[in-house]
Amino acid sequence: MATPLHLEFERDIVELQKQIDALLRSAEEKGIDVSSEVRVLGAKLEVLKVEIFQNLTPLEQVHVARHPRRPHTLDYVSRLFTDWVELSGDRTFRDDGAVVGGWARLNGDSIMVVGHQKGRDMKANLKRNFGSPHPEGYRKSLRLMYLAEKFRRPVVTFIDTPGAYPGVGAEERGQAEAIARNIREMARLRIPVVSVVIGEGGSGGALAIGVGNRILMLEHAIYSVISPEGCAAILWRTAAEREKAARALKLTSSELFKRGIADEIILEPPGGAHADWDETGQRVKEALMRHLDELKTMEPEALVRDRQAKFEAIGEWAEED
Amino acid sequence: MAWFRKPKQPLRSADKRDLPSEIFKKCNGCGELVYRERLAQNAQVCPECGFHSRIPPEQYLTLLLDAGSFVERETNLHSLDLLEFHDLKPYRERLAAAEQKLGRRDSVVVGDGVVDGIPVCIAVMDFRFLGGSMGSVVGEKVARTIRRALELRRPLIIVSASGGARMQEGIYSLMQLAKTSSALARLHEAGIPFISVITDPTTGGTTASFAMLGDVHLAEPGALIGFAGPRVIEETIKQALPKGFQRSEFLREHGMVDRVVDRRELKQTLVLLLRHMWTGWDEEA
Ligand SMILES: [Zn+2]
Repeated sequence: MATPLHLEFERDIVELQKQIDALLRSAEEKGIDVSSEVRVLGAKLEVLKVEIFQNLTPLEQVHVARHPRRPHTLDYVSRLFTDWVELSGDRTFRDDGAVVGGWARLNGDSIMVVGHQKGRDMKANLKRNFGSPHPEGYRKSLRLMYLAEKFRRPVVTFIDTPGAYPGVGAEERGQAEAIARNIREMARLRIPVVSVVIGEGGSGGALAIGVGNRILMLEHAIYSVISPEGCAAILWRTAAEREKAARALKLTSSELFKRGIADEIILEPPGGAHADWDETGQRVKEALMRHLDELKTMEPEALVRDRQAKFEAIGEWAEED
Repeated sequence: MAWFRKPKQPLRSADKRDLPSEIFKKCNGCGELVYRERLAQNAQVCPECGFHSRIPPEQYLTLLLDAGSFVERETNLHSLDLLEFHDLKPYRERLAAAEQKLGRRDSVVVGDGVVDGIPVCIAVMDFRFLGGSMGSVVGEKVARTIRRALELRRPLIIVSASGGARMQEGIYSLMQLAKTSSALARLHEAGIPFISVITDPTTGGTTASFAMLGDVHLAEPGALIGFAGPRVIEETIKQALPKGFQRSEFLREHGMVDRVVDRRELKQTLVLLLRHMWTGWDEEA
């Protein structure tokens, strides 16, 4: 499972972890007690993790959101839910591996889960297209959401995509139409919809499964109209300015929460979601149950009104004669 | 069609080379020098090759609506620099320069009008204003126009020309896709027609929201229409794109557009469609 990769700014964490591991190994070999040393180093490690992850630059946040070891949709599915039955295909063209979906049970209740799915190695990414859906991925999502509506079950979506795929086939088969239709149709679903941004919220390709009554964001997830690289290439005319673009785009969870777009930030364990998948999963599960419990009491019309009012209120402008 | 008939003895380009550019314009389609006056009479469509030059919102309003029927609305909205966005130039300066140059506050003009006797609500985008990009103001003006169409029970026409979401407004601009599409969900349920007219160029978030949500999609000939821009696609797939890729005719062939319509026949097509889809307007009388 584990890809032994880490980010530049995680080096101190990795080094300290190695020291602890080495100490434990030699203690075992030599049969000596190192528990007090390990406790000291362990405490130091926790402090270091908190320090580093509380002071990430916006571009570092982007890298955490894209971290190769960060849990993906199916990692949450296996931790949060029971009775998972994956469903496939858009019934029109093919099954898109960049989007997964199916029935699951959350604390006993049946729900429909739809999420972007990234891979962790080349083989998986070939299947998952790095989490970049084609139109059929969005059409599959919509098909599953209609299915949920038919049987009056809530929908939970997990957002984690660099964006909708920009390719010839995707354009031929109507990438823009697929996204537009999903957005409009999600706005009128007569069931509760909760969206969780677990990693990268990449533009229209993210929003296409993100029109929820609630938008939750993991602490180090990002949500942006364009990637910092793409933005830098256009506005600064060089992708090298991605640091500036990442800062300018205000794409972090705290910015989205402050601006009233994210309804809740789910805090990640020390060292980020990738440091502890189980704990992260537990926190996501708790948040989902809380929001779904609230939404469950609402009538279908009220759910539609709530969702439409939420999105139609977003935006800021001046109005004067 | 008479418009495309070539004059019997066209001036050769060489003869016109030294003529002033106030009188002649080189066509981007065929390269011919064409009388500006002739282009103006032709809604900026080249009489030689049919190439459609881009035209501003005012011209669409004249072309599509009954004379004197347009009443502009929502003129008081203007953009804020919410993110204090500063790339090579501050967003505020870009906005001010566009406003100065074009004499309008943002990249869409909205209002009420009449199409051959049928009252409609209409929005027309202006690509010259920051690439027709959609920020909070465009999203709000379009959403208000949709709500007005819903309230007054009038058909909706949107003429798109846009590079997509406005990056300088970050996540707010992305969310305008949801704002406009959510309002369209209600218009759709109310059974009120929405005709999307797509012009050159329409890409990104504008295509991925209202431009692709019409009951009928009409596109001007040769217009670039897509989700991703051609350059992004070429960089991704590391291949040159086929000729005609993402043009109106390509989209019609692939089922995304109903008809490719010559600009000079656009109004006539709208009238025919509205009379098929809409009768509510006679009840007003
Ligand atoms: Zn020409």
